[in-house]
Amino acid sequence: MKSDLVRFEDWTDPVPPAAREVVSRLPEDDIGHPPLLFVPGTSSPSFAEHWLGHAAGRGFSSYALSPRPGGDLRAQVHDTVQVAASLPRQAVLIGHGLGALVVARALGRYPARAAVLTAPVLSGWAVARAFSLFSRPVLPAPAGDPPVLVAGSPDDRAVKRKALDRAAAGYGGAPLLFPGMGHDLMLEEGWEEPIDAILDWLEKQLPMPGH
Amino acid sequence: MHDTPDPGDRGDAVCVVGAGASGLAAIKSLREQGFAVDCYERETSVGGAWNWRHDRSPIYSGTHLISSRPLTEFPDFPMPDTWPDYPHHSKVLEYLERYAKHFRLDQDIWFGMEVSSAVPAGDGKWDVTIRSTGGGSSRVQRYAAIVVANGHNWSPAAFEAPGDFTGQVIHASAYKDPARLRGRKVLVVGGGNTGCDIAVEAAQQATRVWHSTRRGYWLAPKYVFGRPADQVNDRLLRWGLPLRLRQWLYRRTVKLTSGDLTRYGLAEPDHRPYESHPIVNSQLPYYLGHGTIEPVPDVERYDGASVILTDGTKIEPDLVITATGYRPRFDFLAPELLDTDEDGRPDLHLHAFARRHPTLAVIGLLQPDSGVFPLAHWQSVAVARWLRLRVTDPERAAAVQQKESTRPVQSWSRRRVIPTQRHWFEVDHVDYLRSVEGLLNEMGSVR
Ligand SMILES: Cc1cc2nc3c(=O)[nH]c(=O)nc-3n(C[C@H](O)[C@H](O)[C@H](O)COP(=O)(O)OP(=O)(O)OC[C@H]3O[C@@H](n4cnc5c(N)ncnc54)[C@H](O)[C@@H]3O)c2cc1C
Ligand SMILES: NC(=O)c1ccc[n+]([C@@H]2O[C@H](COP(=O)([O-])OP(=O)(O)OC[C@H]3O[C@@H](n4cnc5c(N)ncnc54)[C@H](OP(=O)(O)O)[C@@H]3O)[C@@H](O)[C@H]2O)c1
Repeated sequence: MKSDLVRFEDWTDPVPPAAREVVSRLPEDDIGHPPLLFVPGTSSPSFAEHWLGHAAGRGFSSYALSPRPGGDLRAQVHDTVQVAASLPRQAVLIGHGLGALVVARALGRYPARAAVLTAPVLSGWAVARAFSLFSRPVLPAPAGDPPVLVAGSPDDRAVKRKALDRAAAGYGGAPLLFPGMGHDLMLEEGWEEPIDAILDWLEKQLPMPGH
Repeated sequence: MHDTPDPGDRGDAVCVVGAGASGLAAIKSLREQGFAVDCYERETSVGGAWNWRHDRSPIYSGTHLISSRPLTEFPDFPMPDTWPDYPHHSKVLEYLERYAKHFRLDQDIWFGMEVSSAVPAGDGKWDVTIRSTGGGSSRVQRYAAIVVANGHNWSPAAFEAPGDFTGQVIHASAYKDPARLRGRKVLVVGGGNTGCDIAVEAAQQATRVWHSTRRGYWLAPKYVFGRPADQVNDRLLRWGLPLRLRQWLYRRTVKLTSGDLTRYGLAEPDHRPYESHPIVNSQLPYYLGHGTIEPVPDVERYDGASVILTDGTKIEPDLVITATGYRPRFDFLAPELLDTDEDGRPDLHLHAFARRHPTLAVIGLLQPDSGVFPLAHWQSVAVARWLRLRVTDPERAAAVQQKESTRPVQSWSRRRVIPTQRHWFEVDHVDYLRSVEGLLNEMGSVR
């Protein structure tokens, strides 16, 4: 019987530690916002280019984790939870592409303050290829019931509108859409719009001191 | 404090007693279910037993975990994976402090405040009297529920023997620093983890060490085949091996690792493996083999400067450390609220839910064959969900209660244990968690 409480795999065969690459951009003043942890997929462009600095400029301590080389899905989820738990405060997890799958899985293991899945690749060939997983990965119920946002573009050729709708429905919502953009929301022209919309959503979701 | 009509009435808020590992987990789960929480902690900081600065902490300077890291950490807040298999107690405290800070639990904790009484106020409510430990003021607040997480390892179980002793006798709770043992002749009484640890520290410091136990035990090493012993044990559980087979394997493994301890003069265990609380100590056999720990039977009486043992031997220690364990204490609750028997043992559903008071629960009142934190976490999740369900769907709550009352005690409580004071709340972590999961499933989604 599959159990969420009896975690034999974690208990008998813990994921070995690995050096983790985390880059961060911190705001000048701590205005009480939760820290953001960006989790890219293996083929996602870097968050560090634009989004990290932009979020820091809006007062969010921002961290981006590089996927462990050769790490399977379990190892990447492990790394995400390890880094999240190492932050001084309860973190918001933001994944992109395959990184959104890592975040969706990590949500079962860490009670995030909130989560954002951007252009989420949650099943299909890309998942099979990246993680040698041939059945649709099961998405756990998020621990602590955080607000979860799905964001993407209806014109993304890798993640179709239908997939966005399905992913969002899984968390009881509708996707936030940025028509005209492609898959790499954080790199393309107009990258400010999605990150600003995400941060606006966060500020609305989370009662923060001083707001 | 908050906006409620009567300053003494906290409305739907829940009171948590204690900010050790269990209390912290309780605050977090209750908050996740949307409850306002007031936690009262009589010490001035979090960590409970693991905070060695607290007067009542049972931790001595050399304490390391006996449950390995993966089986000890909270399931939703791992310890850093670079930490050792068995971290030092100061790391465990650091971990609990980080947990509290990460989830901002300290915002809901009132330090230096002791709960001195809690009485039912009708309608499931509780009148809780809180006293400042600095002396002076006390106040009464009304809560919708009370979650007790006061720990059970701080009130020493007394050891008494007839006669007078001219040497010094201390309980293990007062033992902190091995320097105290240097150059002395020490008798350690008690074969639990504390007694075995102190005997080993004494072997490294004292001029002579006797270790008195009233029965033989199954002494597990910290490592088996290069892996932490509890992880290897869980592999057997994972394969679903029946108890009898696991007992056989346990005997084999102990023979191959710790070895045959009767060779050093220890008694043969009078019970099967898994029938007493696990003792994990790799060093005790080493010092027994070096003759620096001399095993002796039970103490019969004191006689001036001597201690007379049950086999008639007379020894002359100048320091006796009684590591006879601790007893749960609920001074602020009338015994009938927890259905406590004359031996001080509460009778609670899943060792957590008061049978006749649906808004009273206890977290952490159990002894597993794993770390305590994961169990305290899931108990907290279940208690918080239960309290929420009572509010949102009383009918369903009643149905769940009805169903739970048919859950057989043997399914979550250890079936066979040696019948001494300390074993009544021994649980098998896998059976226990499966039962809690059953309850969570009845209540709806596991969160
Ligand atoms: C030497 C030793 C080693 C151990 N090693 C391990 C191990 O390796 N692994 C493991 O999992 N467990 C171990 N334990 C068990 C340990 O007790 C638990 O890990 C854990 O401390 C239990 O947490 P708790 O919150 O239930 O109780 P505690 O840590 O005792 O915390 C209870 C808190 O409640 C407060 N309190 C009590 N009464 C009141 C009141 N009336 N009003 C206000 N506040 C109150 C206390 O001040 C305290 O802070 C060990 C225990 C001992 C004694
Ligand atoms: N992480 C660690 O390193 C560590 C260290 C210490 C303790 N702990 C934990 O802390 C808890 C308490 O442990 P503990 O060792 O202090 O206490 P304990 O487990 O209750 O053990 C008490 C010991 O004293 C004996 N005893 C009790 N009363 C006695 C009497 N009147 N005369 C003679 N012997 C008597 C008991 O014998 P019986 O077997 O007959 O009952 C037992 O051997 C346990 O959960 C333990 O695992 C962990």
